[in-house]
Amino acid sequence: MPPFGIVLYVDRLSAIMLVISSVVLLGVLLYSVGQGIADGDKDTPLSIFHPAYLILAAGLFDAFVAGDLFNMYVGFEMLLAASFVLLTLGGIGPRIRSGVNYVVISLVSSVFFLAAIAIIFGATGTVNIAQIAERIAGLDFNTQLMLHTVLLVGFAVKAAVWPMSFWLPESYPTAPAPITAVFAGLLTKVGIYAIIRTETVLFPGGALQVPLMVVAGMTLIVGILGALAQADIKRLLSFTLVSHIGYMVFGIAVGTTQADAAVIYYVAHHILVQTTLFLVAGLIERVGGTTSITKLGGLLASAPVIAMLYFIPAMNLGGIPPLSGFLGKVSLFFSGAEVGGWLIWTVIGLGALTSLLTLYALARIWNMVFWRGAEEVADYESPLIDQLQEAEEDDGRVVTKEVPKLMIGATSVLVVATVSLTIFAGPLFDLADRASGQLDQTTYISNVFPDYSNAGQVGDD
Amino acid sequence: MNASLALIIAMAGLFGAGIYVMLERSLTRVLIGFLLVGNAVNILILLMSGGQGPAPILGDDPNAHTTDPLPQALILTAIVITLGSAAFLLALIYRNWWLSKLSDEVPSVDEDDLRDVEEVFETTSEDESAISMALEESDDSGDS
Repeated sequence: MPPFGIVLYVDRLSAIMLVISSVVLLGVLLYSVGQGIADGDKDTPLSIFHPAYLILAAGLFDAFVAGDLFNMYVGFEMLLAASFVLLTLGGIGPRIRSGVNYVVISLVSSVFFLAAIAIIFGATGTVNIAQIAERIAGLDFNTQLMLHTVLLVGFAVKAAVWPMSFWLPESYPTAPAPITAVFAGLLTKVGIYAIIRTETVLFPGGALQVPLMVVAGMTLIVGILGALAQADIKRLLSFTLVSHIGYMVFGIAVGTTQADAAVIYYVAHHILVQTTLFLVAGLIERVGGTTSITKLGGLLASAPVIAMLYFIPAMNLGGIPPLSGFLGKVSLFFSGAEVGGWLIWTVIGLGALTSLLTLYALARIWNMVFWRGAEEVADYESPLIDQLQEAEEDDGRVVTKEVPKLMIGATSVLVVATVSLTIFAGPLFDLADRASGQLDQTTYISNVFPDYSNAGQVGDD
Repeated sequence: MNASLALIIAMAGLFGAGIYVMLERSLTRVLIGFLLVGNAVNILILLMSGGQGPAPILGDDPNAHTTDPLPQALILTAIVITLGSAAFLLALIYRNWWLSKLSDEVPSVDEDDLRDVEEVFETTSEDESAISMALEESDDSGDS
């Protein structure tokens, strides 16, 4: 019985996150099986991929259902440890170099999180989220603010929120395609999930609304400007990933029930679309032999299926109506506009700009990689791609590989899933509404402690 | 809540030294810094557990003000996690050092070489099995 033992807490938000991540994990697993069958496993000396992948999944699920801050920390550590192994798979030079960055940053953020848990424990005498939520209201405002900030900084590093986001585009693109896809889709969203819980259950009231707004705006614009300068598709996608985290932080900062519902829908959309795009980037790499848009060309003719698989999620991410990216962004903007204020309007403006710039970046990939003829690539001159920065580890080699049907099939399934987010947007928004209706502190506490409302005081000290 | 001043000073010292060392370029120092900061956080958790007391075992004196066992469990978990991460970081540092120092002298193998090596291994293993079979046969013939 709470407060004894470790509480696992599943409400609609947790359930939605679990379902979406299971779908994505399964899709990517199929993709990687296809890749493994085609390539063999010369890259890795040990068959470490699948165990590490499953541990990653276990850590992810644990973090989503944890009703206890320390258990959430353990979940984070599990998925981080597995992600270290996956990111440095094979131990080749570029992966080790980017892996070192990633490992050190992740460990520092974990230490931050642990220190936050320690001082929250000191202030409230518990690590149970419901009990903390109940006791924190009695604390001095400044103490609350400090606990709130420390916890948010820890989560913000994981969610890759500006200014703690620069590690992400450095580390993700070097990993194998399926691994980058899972990381991009899911790891940052764990951070977002934790931030949602922090803002709704632990510290409701939006004491940090203004800083969150500023950070959201900066995440949006800095991320997408980084994306515009990249020639490498994987790096470009990593930057758009960082940038779009800003939308979710914006919704969380607005903080109304409607905004939370929009955030939940947007998270689901973003997990699916971003993962799919990284998988497609993996397919492009196999067909074209490289992921640099200055060297690729003519893929529409040579690989029309991959072109379709790229086009749909790309338009979706760019926010073309009526796809789910558009619906998610519009509902975020509407919920922000209802609250109003110049800061919110500024961030909405930045969000719209980011959406257009994302579309520009993704359309440029489309023009260069798919529409440009293969024979034009050699001496192609265009101001659009003059200034682009190539990936550091790109040595100019072009190695094409065959594309197994299983990889195409797994990617297609995920593309269909992204489209179904659009088709079933009505029921899904209802679900997100009900999920965000459950997010408030009182519901959380009375679910963990059923006799909370009449007793008023939970647990015995 | 009473807290030991010595522990607070130790924690502050570890945090300060750890963060200072972490800012170095050398990866080994980053690892040392991480270990120091990790231990500082463990002491922080210990400090947050409140006053001292007898071990939290129900027994002789049910009214005794025992220490809180929860932070100790948290510290134990944190130590294990820090150990695991440190082990991985060490492996990473070694690999990084190997790549930066030795990969120039020892050229990386390309796939043709790898296939040759595999063939060599296959032939040697065939040889070995042949030798062991011959040995067994000679053993059998010796016994009879």
